[in-house]
Amino acid sequence: MQVQSYFSSLDNLDGELSTLNLGPTHPATHGVFQNVLKMDGERIHSAEPTIGYIHRAFEKLAEHRPYNQITPITDRLNYCSSPINNMGWHMTVEKLIGCELPKRAQYMRVIIMELSRIADHLVCNSVIGVDTGALTGFTYMFQERELIYEMFEEVCGSRLTTNIGRIGGMERDFTPAFHAKLKAFMQGFPARFEEFNNLLERNRIFMDRCIGAGPISAERALAYGFTGPNLRATGVDYDVRVMTPYSSYEDFDFIIPVGSGQGDTYDRFMVRQEEIRQSLRIIDQACKNMPEGNYHADVPDFYLPSKPDVYTKMEALIYHFKVVMSETPIPVGEVYHCVEGGNGELGFYLISDGGRHPYRLHFRRPCFIYYQAFPEMIKGAMLSDAILAMSSMNVIAGELDA
Amino acid sequence: MQLDNATLLAAIERRFPGAILAHSEPHGMLTLETTREQIIDLLQFVKDDPEIEAIFLTSLCGMHYPDHAGKELGVVYHLHSFVQNLRFRIKIFFPVDDPHVPTATTVWPTANWMERQEYDFFGIIFTGHPDLRRILNVDDLDVFPMRKEYRLEDGTRTDKDDRFFGRKGHEGREFD
Repeated sequence: MQVQSYFSSLDNLDGELSTLNLGPTHPATHGVFQNVLKMDGERIHSAEPTIGYIHRAFEKLAEHRPYNQITPITDRLNYCSSPINNMGWHMTVEKLIGCELPKRAQYMRVIIMELSRIADHLVCNSVIGVDTGALTGFTYMFQERELIYEMFEEVCGSRLTTNIGRIGGMERDFTPAFHAKLKAFMQGFPARFEEFNNLLERNRIFMDRCIGAGPISAERALAYGFTGPNLRATGVDYDVRVMTPYSSYEDFDFIIPVGSGQGDTYDRFMVRQEEIRQSLRIIDQACKNMPEGNYHADVPDFYLPSKPDVYTKMEALIYHFKVVMSETPIPVGEVYHCVEGGNGELGFYLISDGGRHPYRLHFRRPCFIYYQAFPEMIKGAMLSDAILAMSSMNVIAGELDA
Repeated sequence: MQLDNATLLAAIERRFPGAILAHSEPHGMLTLETTREQIIDLLQFVKDDPEIEAIFLTSLCGMHYPDHAGKELGVVYHLHSFVQNLRFRIKIFFPVDDPHVPTATTVWPTANWMERQEYDFFGIIFTGHPDLRRILNVDDLDVFPMRKEYRLEDGTRTDKDDRFFGRKGHEGREFD
């Protein structure tokens, strides 16, 4: 309130405002973001975001790539939680070709997706700590993230840009080494996470910095197309996992945390903290109730046959060739599929004309959509609060610029 | 009242007789086609109607079909009613020579960047948009790269010709 009246009296200040270029490569912005700020001293009068610095033409690229070669593109959207993007894309194609996965494969996907959600939220929340001046939690939580990446490495061989899973299931079953790592993580992580939580949650300095920084109301957030933790921080309990369950999320018992309704940095931090705990619950249930069965569906047109079969069986060799060359029949149609990504509803709108490549593929990238509210959220705030608001929104440059 | 595809379609047709040019349900999602003259009224209606409450614009994206004479360009609006948990999409088509569409920023502020993006890639001009500039590409680009006539890479390459794989290439992607 105070801030608003402050500016209504200063609206004609144009000549006396100074311009500050925040970014594109400022260490405090954690990525390639540029904002041209009009400043009155330390207060922000208006902000003008410029985006597109790392635009890589994903939608155009996708129109020229076979379906299984689009997965590595999705890695590079929100690269803090690549597996969710990969699996979102796989599920989109599976919806188009009408392929139902065995329960075991779905549960395996849930475990991987929840692990990557934890990794995504850990990065975001520990960086909020860094931006308020608490570097310690960040270094400790990056150790935990490392453990998650080691598990991804065990499943798919890579860490950051994972290309995990295949259209039709997982590429291989979980190995005993993966199970050992997951067990060690599930036993050790909660205590270390609560230690991190204690460092910040009721920390007077942290609270004073975060409460009230970058607020947005539920009404404005919906009008701006917010999804994910940022929307839930404003008090709206919208979660794709519950509203339109995919990959057997309806089997799991978990709650959707919502914020106090302020929609400020502290709310976003708290929502993510609780979501990490809920993700742990989901992983725990998935491990305990893991059904028997195959780790992939029987879709030879899309799913690579096993190597021993390729070397010894004619049919497997033919399918191997067809899958690699993408010479497989694709139905004509259009499909929209969305998953709950690390920072919101990640949607894929796919139009197929029956060709080798999608006719049109549109990515609904959550942070592209909600980042446009940033100028409104930081109007009248201090410069240091703008940095905090940006990191707490979890804007990922790769996803923003596609 | 529990809303489903049939009741939603009926409600829209009751309010806008003759405005729905086509409808289908690919993979269970109601897909309507209307005209650009009526799109904003229709969006406003589904947003405000107390029984539909499609308050959330999920995504807005352009399309290009070079072979559909007079309907080359299109825009798809994905809408979501949180209360009814129903998703549906509305499409409009218009000629590439006259790529003007009224802006949806009057209904949802989030349409701002979405429309800038489709302007940037397809050259769709959203009339009434407060700030219609390129967003992801450089400002002085003089083409609309997502249109089908713009090739992804060097046009002299022949090793990726779809005809070698027994298929017809995509529309607008003929190799010479």
